[in-house]
This record gives sequence, structure tokens and C-alpha cells, in this order.
Amino acid sequence: MRKHKSLAYAIQATLPVLTGYLAAGFAFGLMYNQIGYNPGFAALTSAAVYSGSLQFLAVDLMGAGASFLTIALFTIIVNSRHILYGISMIDKFKDMGWRKWYMIFALTDETYALLNHVVVPGDVDHKTFYFQLALLNHCYWIIGGTLGNATGELLKFNYKGVDFAMTALFIVTFVDQWQQSKTHLPALFGLGCTLISLLLFGADNMLIPAMAAIVILLLAFQKKVEGVSEI
Amino acid sequence: MTMTLSQSLISIAIMAGLTFLMRLCPFLIFGGKQKPSRKVLYLGVYLPAAIIAMLVVYCFRNVTPLAYPYGIPELIAIVTVVLLHLWKHNNLISIFGGTFLYMMLVQFVFC
Repeated sequence: MRKHKSLAYAIQATLPVLTGYLAAGFAFGLMYNQIGYNPGFAALTSAAVYSGSLQFLAVDLMGAGASFLTIALFTIIVNSRHILYGISMIDKFKDMGWRKWYMIFALTDETYALLNHVVVPGDVDHKTFYFQLALLNHCYWIIGGTLGNATGELLKFNYKGVDFAMTALFIVTFVDQWQQSKTHLPALFGLGCTLISLLLFGADNMLIPAMAAIVILLLAFQKKVEGVSEI
Repeated sequence: MTMTLSQSLISIAIMAGLTFLMRLCPFLIFGGKQKPSRKVLYLGVYLPAAIIAMLVVYCFRNVTPLAYPYGIPELIAIVTVVLLHLWKHNNLISIFGGTFLYMMLVQFVFC
């Protein structure tokens, strides 16, 4: 019984993620269909990769027949932020047994944010609750991707421009972060370095120099960045 | 499909494996006694915002500001997404609204 009660709480807590994941997953599925992958592939990709920004970029990369090395490099660059996410979860996940491995696998931006601020209801087991949160989000993401792909499969019309959904997702995230953070320096470093890198190195080689420049600037201006955010 | 079936499956496996590995990293490195250094923690807080900004610019890498359509559809769509998001703060409305408008622009106006 307690599991059911916990699940009801978990569904409630994940509702904001539900809408976000269904929408973004749907857009991914639709784009994935446009480059020739069926709903089964969309479900598999969303279940196994489970990373929004990477899956959108994957549509670009797989559609262009990119090399495995390119795909690996993009994965590392785009998801490098995850290397740092887990630090604040080490305590939360310990004692979770086998479920700890799933929690680590399922630690997306949204699940990370949710775990950081969610309040565990007093009458449920926190380990079960955390696990249910992660599993529900994962399900929303897979359902969104599969539905979007099936829609593209069944409703054939001109989807030219649908790939803008990826851009829109990044812009929305950018606006959210801009409004929530006290310092805009990191965002400005990101914009500036990438723009200069695009002009210097071109569209195909821009990301690695941009990433390097961003890390160097962030480290060089650490005092300034942290100083601003403390005010 | 540009890739073959096996190329597609390997690509998915690479992305899935590396993503899991990166999510696993902190647990392997800092799971024991070792505490992350201040620099690492600092990057953890401020790098994500910079990466998202990088990806925004990356999305426009193939826009041609000096040739038709001069990036106008992209510009209109960005402004729309930002305004929709500031107004409603609803991901669904911002993403679908902006994408729908962009599709209309490239299919019917700037074609």
C-alpha cells in the first residue's frame, strides 16, 4: 500500500516534468522520423540514451551520417556537465542498493533539479520515492518520443523547419537560466566564445575550441563570477 | 536513414554508454573519501549556463546572414520564443509556438 501512496505523490511531484518531457520528446520523435527512423527506434533511443540535448543533436549527426568518433566527441561535449551533477547526489543515492545504478543512469537535468528541491512526504520511504520520480520521468520521455515519431509516421505533411524545436528548447533553457542566475557572465562567455569560434573555425569544428575557451575564461574570472553572484 | 541499421545501433550505444559513464564519474571519483576541489565545484555550478549558451549559438551555425533569407526567419522565431517564454513561462507553449511559426515562415514566406 505504501508503494501506491508513494507513487501517487511521485506522479504529483513530476507533473511539471511530464509536460516538458512529453513536448520535447514529441519534437525529438518527430524529427527522428523525418530522417527515417520508426517509432521502435525512437523508443529505443529515448530509453537508452535518455538525454534531451544529445538526442536532438543526434538527429543532426545520424541524419548526416557522422562518424562514430564525431558522435562520441559530441556526446562528451554536450553531456560534460553531467560529470559535475552527481556530486550533490552522492549522499542521496547511497543505501539505495541496485536502484542506485538506475538513479545514476537516469540523472537528467530535470531529474537532477527535481531531486534537489523535492520534499519527501513524511509517510513514504525516501528511497522508493526517489526511484519512482526517476522512473516516471524516464517513462514520460520515452512516451513523448514514441508518440512524436508515430505522429510523423502517420500524418505525412511537410515538416520542413520542425528541427527548430531543438533551438527553441535550448533558448527556453537559456532564458530560464538567465532569469534564475545572479551573474550572466557564464552565459555571456558561452555566447561570445562560441560565436568567435564559429567565425574562426567554421561550423564543423567550432565546438571544441569554444568549449576550451569557455572553461579557461570561467577559471580566469572565477573571483568575478562568484563575487557577482554573492551580492 | 543515412546510416545502416548496425551503424545506427552502434551510434545509439556510443551515446548511451558515454552519457552513463559521465553521469557515473562523480560517484567513482568522489564516492569515497576524496572531496571535490573548489574549482571543480565552481565549474559544476557555472558551466551548465555557458554550455546552453554555446548550444544556442551552435543551432544557428548554418544561418546565412549575408545571403537570402539573411537569417530573418530564425530571428523572428527566436524573438517569438523568448517573448512567449517571458510572458507565459510554459515550455510547451514556447517550444511549439516558436517551432510552428518557424515552419510556417520557411515553408510559406521565405521559400
